[in-house]
Amino acid sequence: MSLFSNITLGQYYPGASLLHRMDPRAKILALPLVMIMVLLADGTAGFIMSGIPVLLALLLAGIPPGTYWRGLKPLWAILLIGLAIQSLTYPGEKLWQWGMLSVSREGFILGMKLSYRLSLLILSTMLLTMTTTPMNLTAALEKLLQPLKKFGVPAHELAMMMTIALRFVPTLLEEAEAVMKAQQARGGSVSTGNLNQRLRASVALLVPLLAGSIRRADELAMAMEARGYRGDTGRTRLKQFKYRPVDIIVLTVLIALTIVVAADRWA
Amino acid sequence: MPGIIDIKNLYVSYAPGTPIQRHALRGISMAVEKGEYRAIIGPQGSGKSTLLQVMAGLIEAEGRVSVCGKDLRHKKNRDGLWRQVGIIFQYPERQLFEDTVFNDIAYGPRNMGLSEDEVRRRVKAALEAVNLDEEVYCLSPFKLSGGQKRRAAIAGILAMEPEVLLLDEPTAGLDPRGKRQLMDLFSNLCRKKQVTLVLVTHDMEEVAHRADTVTVLYRGRIAMGGTPKEIFARCKELESIGLFVPFAAQLATSLQAKGLPVRNMTTLPEAEQEVARLLKGRA
Ligand SMILES: Nc1ncnc2c1ncn2[C@@H]1O[C@H](COP(=O)(O)OP(=O)(O)O)[C@@H](O)[C@H]1O
Ligand SMILES: [Mg+2]
Repeated sequence: MSLFSNITLGQYYPGASLLHRMDPRAKILALPLVMIMVLLADGTAGFIMSGIPVLLALLLAGIPPGTYWRGLKPLWAILLIGLAIQSLTYPGEKLWQWGMLSVSREGFILGMKLSYRLSLLILSTMLLTMTTTPMNLTAALEKLLQPLKKFGVPAHELAMMMTIALRFVPTLLEEAEAVMKAQQARGGSVSTGNLNQRLRASVALLVPLLAGSIRRADELAMAMEARGYRGDTGRTRLKQFKYRPVDIIVLTVLIALTIVVAADRWA
Repeated sequence: MPGIIDIKNLYVSYAPGTPIQRHALRGISMAVEKGEYRAIIGPQGSGKSTLLQVMAGLIEAEGRVSVCGKDLRHKKNRDGLWRQVGIIFQYPERQLFEDTVFNDIAYGPRNMGLSEDEVRRRVKAALEAVNLDEEVYCLSPFKLSGGQKRRAAIAGILAMEPEVLLLDEPTAGLDPRGKRQLMDLFSNLCRKKQVTLVLVTHDMEEVAHRADTVTVLYRGRIAMGGTPKEIFARCKELESIGLFVPFAAQLATSLQAKGLPVRNMTTLPEAEQEVARLLKGRA
C-alpha cells in the first residue's frame, strides 16, 4: 500500500516475548558474542553450535517467520552472488561443467558456508533491533559506554545523536511519501517517464526533503535549548535498567558456547 | 447519470498484514456531481485525507472508484488522472522546490506539455488569482513568508486548470483575511467555471455558508450526508462525534429547546431574520 511499507528490515516489532523483555544491555552484549561464535565456527559441530542460539532466539521472539523472510529479501541477491562467485572461481574437484564455467566442490561448500554465516549474522542483528525499541537501544548503549567516558568517549552525545537520527527516520519517510504524492499530482512521478523526467522528478522530491530536514533540525535545536538541554550533566533516567537472572543465564551460556566453538576450531 | 466522482464500497487499510494495520476507510459509497461544492467534515483520523487521496488516484484502494469517467482500478488511469484532478494537500508549501516562484508554478503546466506561451499565461493568471505580487515572480520560493508560500503552492495547482479540485484543509494556519480570500477564490472557481470542489475542512461557518452538500466521516464510515441545513440540524449527533455546529445552528437548537417557534438555520443572515421575526411577533 504505502510506498515504504516494505522496509521491514530490522524495524521494531511490538511484542512481549522473552526476547522483548530481556535487558537491552544484555541483548547488545549478546550480539557480539553470537557474531564471534558464527565467524569462528568451522565444521559441522561448530555450525550447529553457533546456529542453535540464533534459531532458538528466532523461535522465542514471537515474530511470524514470514517477517524474517521478508526482512532477508533485499539480501537474497547478495547471498546468491556470493555463492556463485565462490563456486565458479575456487579451484578444486569439478562438480558441474557448462562451457567455460565450472563449479568446484570445494568452492560450492565454501560458498554455502559463507551464505550460512552471513544469514546468521543478519538474522541476529535483525533480532536485536526487532525486539528492542530504538529508545531502549540507545539508552542501553549509552549505559554500556559510560565507563569509557573517563577516556573522553562522548557516550551521551553519541547516544543522543543516534536517538535523534532514529527518531527522525519515520518522519522523513512520511514526509518523503507526502512530497512524492504532491509532486505526482503535478505530473512529476518518480516511477514513470523517461530517465530525464525521472531525474527531474527526483530533484522535485529531494529539494523539499532537504529543506524540511534543515528546518526541523533548526526547530529541534531551538526547542532543546529553550528547555535548558545541557548534555547529560546531572541528568537522571525515569526507567532504570536491571539485569534479571535470565539475562545472566543467557550471557553465561553464550560465553560458554563461544569458548567451546573456539576450542573446536583450534583443537 | 453517475457523478463526476463515483465511489462504491471503498475500503482502504494502511500497512495491511502487519501488527500496525489500520482500516482507514471501511465501506464508503458516495457520488459528487459535476460543478458541485462538496464539503467533507469529520474528527481527526476519520479518514478524510485518505478519501481525498483515493479520489486523486494517489492510493490504490479496494472497491469501485471512478473519477472524470475513468475507472481508477486501473493503474494507467490513476497515473494519468493528475491532468484533470488537482489536489491541494495539507501544508502544500512543502512541495515547493524550484529556483523561482515562477518556475515552481510552471512545473505542473510544463509537465502537461503545454507551449511556453500558454504556460506563461497560466502562471500569470494563477499568481493573480492567489493575490501574489509580480515582484515575487523571480524570488526563490524559500524566501517567501509562510502565507505567501501557501499561496504560491496553491497557484501551482490552479495553473493546471483542473476540472476537479480536491482541497485538504487548505487554509489551516492562515490569518482570517487570507482564509477568506482563498475560500472566495475556490468558491468562485466552482460557481463561475463549474470546477467541481471537494473541500475537507474544520471551518463549519464556511460549510454552512457555501457548500452545496456535506459528507460527515466518522471512523472510516459515512456518518451523515445531506445539505448543510439538514446536517447542522442534527446538532447533538455532531457534538457526540466531536464536531461543532455553526453559531446560527446552535442558536436555533437552543431557542427550539426553550420552546420558541424558530426554523432550522445555519447562517448568520438567516439567524438575523428569524430573531427579527420572533421579536416582531412579541411586540
Ligand atoms: N501513511 C499512513 N500510514 C499509516 N496509517 C495512516 C497513514 N495515513 C493515515 N493513516 C491512518 O489512517 C486513518 C485515517 O487518517 P486520515 O485519512 O489522515 O484522517 P484525517 O485526514 O480525517 O485526519 C488514521 O487512523 C491514520 O492514523
Ligand atoms: Mg487529514
